[in-house]
Amino acid sequence: MAFKNYILVCGGTACESSKSDQIYKNLVEEAKNQGVADQVQVVKTGCFGFCEQGPIVKVLPEDSFYVQVKPEDAKEIISEHVIKGREVTRLQYGHQVRKAYEEVEDIQFYKKQKRVVLRNCGKIDPENIDEYIACDGYKALEKALFEMSEDDIINELKVAGLRGRGGAGFPTWMKWNFTKQAEGDVKYVVCNADEGDPGAYMDRSTLEGDPHSVLEAMTICGKAIGAHQGFIYIRAEYPLAIHRLEVAMKQSREYGLLGKNILGSGFDYDIEIRLGAGAFVCGEETALLQSIEGHRGMPQPRPPFPAVKGLWGKPTVINNVETWANIPAIIVRGGEWFASIGTADSHGTKVFALTGKICNSGLVEVPMGTTLREIVFDIGGGIAHGKKFKAVQTGGPSGGVITEENLDTPIDFGSLMKIGSMMGSGGMIVMDEDDCIVDVAKFYLDFTVDESCGKCAPCRIGGKTLNGLLGKITEGKATDEDVAQMRQIALAMQKGSLCALGQTAPNPVLSTLKYFPEEYEAHIRDKKCPSGKCKKLISYSIDPTKCIGCTACARKCPVGAISGELKKPHSINTQVCIKCGVCKETCKFSAISVK
Amino acid sequence: MSQNLFSEELNAFVDEWKDKPGNLIMVLHRVQQEIGYISREAADEVSRRLNIPLAKIWGVVTFYHFFKLNKPGKYNIQVCLGTACYLKGGDIIIEELGKQKGLNVGGLTEDGKFSLEAVRCVGCCGLAPVMTIAGEVFGKVTKDQVAGILDKFS
Repeated sequence: MAFKNYILVCGGTACESSKSDQIYKNLVEEAKNQGVADQVQVVKTGCFGFCEQGPIVKVLPEDSFYVQVKPEDAKEIISEHVIKGREVTRLQYGHQVRKAYEEVEDIQFYKKQKRVVLRNCGKIDPENIDEYIACDGYKALEKALFEMSEDDIINELKVAGLRGRGGAGFPTWMKWNFTKQAEGDVKYVVCNADEGDPGAYMDRSTLEGDPHSVLEAMTICGKAIGAHQGFIYIRAEYPLAIHRLEVAMKQSREYGLLGKNILGSGFDYDIEIRLGAGAFVCGEETALLQSIEGHRGMPQPRPPFPAVKGLWGKPTVINNVETWANIPAIIVRGGEWFASIGTADSHGTKVFALTGKICNSGLVEVPMGTTLREIVFDIGGGIAHGKKFKAVQTGGPSGGVITEENLDTPIDFGSLMKIGSMMGSGGMIVMDEDDCIVDVAKFYLDFTVDESCGKCAPCRIGGKTLNGLLGKITEGKATDEDVAQMRQIALAMQKGSLCALGQTAPNPVLSTLKYFPEEYEAHIRDKKCPSGKCKKLISYSIDPTKCIGCTACARKCPVGAISGELKKPHSINTQVCIKCGVCKETCKFSAISVK
Repeated sequence: MSQNLFSEELNAFVDEWKDKPGNLIMVLHRVQQEIGYISREAADEVSRRLNIPLAKIWGVVTFYHFFKLNKPGKYNIQVCLGTACYLKGGDIIIEELGKQKGLNVGGLTEDGKFSLEAVRCVGCCGLAPVMTIAGEVFGKVTKDQVAGILDKFS
């Protein structure tokens, strides 16, 4: 029986953290209490992407888009919307501006997006295989098993021009082809779900919202290269994604879509989950394989590439989650369809985790070739709190910053490389005028130094030295020679490091030096931090014309650095001040400033 | 003694994985899930059961951030220092926890109630800055809210 209404509740990590699970339970409970349990189906889906406005609830067939829903709103959604057929306007997105949106597609956040990878996220119940199948799920596997030869499958990927979404952008079909041609009876398929880039959660959301798409793609790969075992290497920090994968694998086995003799084709294939343990370097493919084998995750020299000598010395294909999720759509709709999306250099779409000082944080998927300006200002809604845009950082600890002048760059692998950043896995962090660029560079260096495996000297020693020099700059102790030395070390790291972690670690430094030389100069020559972030370089002072002598700041100061008489302007003893900023927060008259 | 160190389920898990290649990290995860950290005794036991030298186990445990060598508090606090949280003031939350409970990153309160960890990206950057206590996630945390959140766990 068809239901009158379908209520989709976002079950992504961000919405679950805001109690979407309770909303789901309350909706089911209320439907029962109000006697309409047979008219409405409540479904917990994957991420809708609009995390800023979560938790999100969508009601079909009206397509009502409810945002910032609370568990206690469930009662009203059932009584008003389901029973009386009246939308709950106060929960609708945009109601604050008296403009309720007719269609979800009209919401600015979704307008320029195109969902291929996230096609099922926020649409189906990820823990129900039937819903995946109803959305063309496992159709690609069927086609690959019964209608296509191994070479047909690889050729379809070649026509599609799919490039790896993990960062480097290597053509997927070539990886598969090398592995297929490699000699050996035993071959492996590996899914890299070790999403270590801080500030990025594309793969997590894909696995949480549509786990079957990855399983299906890995099975297709097994058929194409002649492998019978796949491994998913996933971060242990992603418990919800792991759970959904386990449920999906169990259901697939029950349906004969994994295991022996899949769909009666005679092809055997199964998948196992292996947990990562919090090492960024394990995103590098050879290190990842070491980790699956139970060792310290140290990168190995290439060649031999994993396609020839990978897991336990056997030929292995490694692709990342987003790459996998594209594949079933390519097999079903054809390589030419995929190639028609995007630019000449990069086909298809790319998912980004848009975060930082932006109005609409969230997960966005856009066709390649979309400009950064469109993402930041049209989809992201611009900078929060009316501040000024400073830069956007892509590619995480391996990438660089992109400034105002390059905002119209179309996003594809080649163009981003040209302006000194990189596609990376999809982290996109927006910075505003309050962020100190030297501090951000140091943040990334702290990260890569901490995550360096220590195997090769350029990365181990170079990273630490580079970070030390950055520290000198933020403390106002650096000279111009230090910058020259930084450039030298950066070059040595790029040329001499064994793996991509070390080779790309200096990128945040080099790109910030290139685009914000004046900010480095302010730190080095004037001993000032223009955005007031570097504590050693700032000082607090009280404007005597604004201070009314209320003594509020003096009472709050934890070190007693503020003195003055009641009703007379106060002053700060900068020798004693620890720059904690409490006084500035306390002052109601904006009399305290940081310089 | 070694018989009691691991629960029946954990022993069954170890037996199941004993002969699988690449089992060490999976077993260590399961041990930490049960005991809360990798103690010296637990590492000895894993070494004996899997026939892997202790030195190799120690190498693996210290390589990966996820494995803990010290017993965590009753409530483990994780403050996210992924890029989005860092920009939005994750470090200020850590500072505040230091003021409130005298906690340093990696530290434990004297009563054993709270421990503090700085973690990389919890994966809900839309809620930055984020902290979790005993698995419960708190988003868009401000300095002033910290004390109130801690009170829920005492």
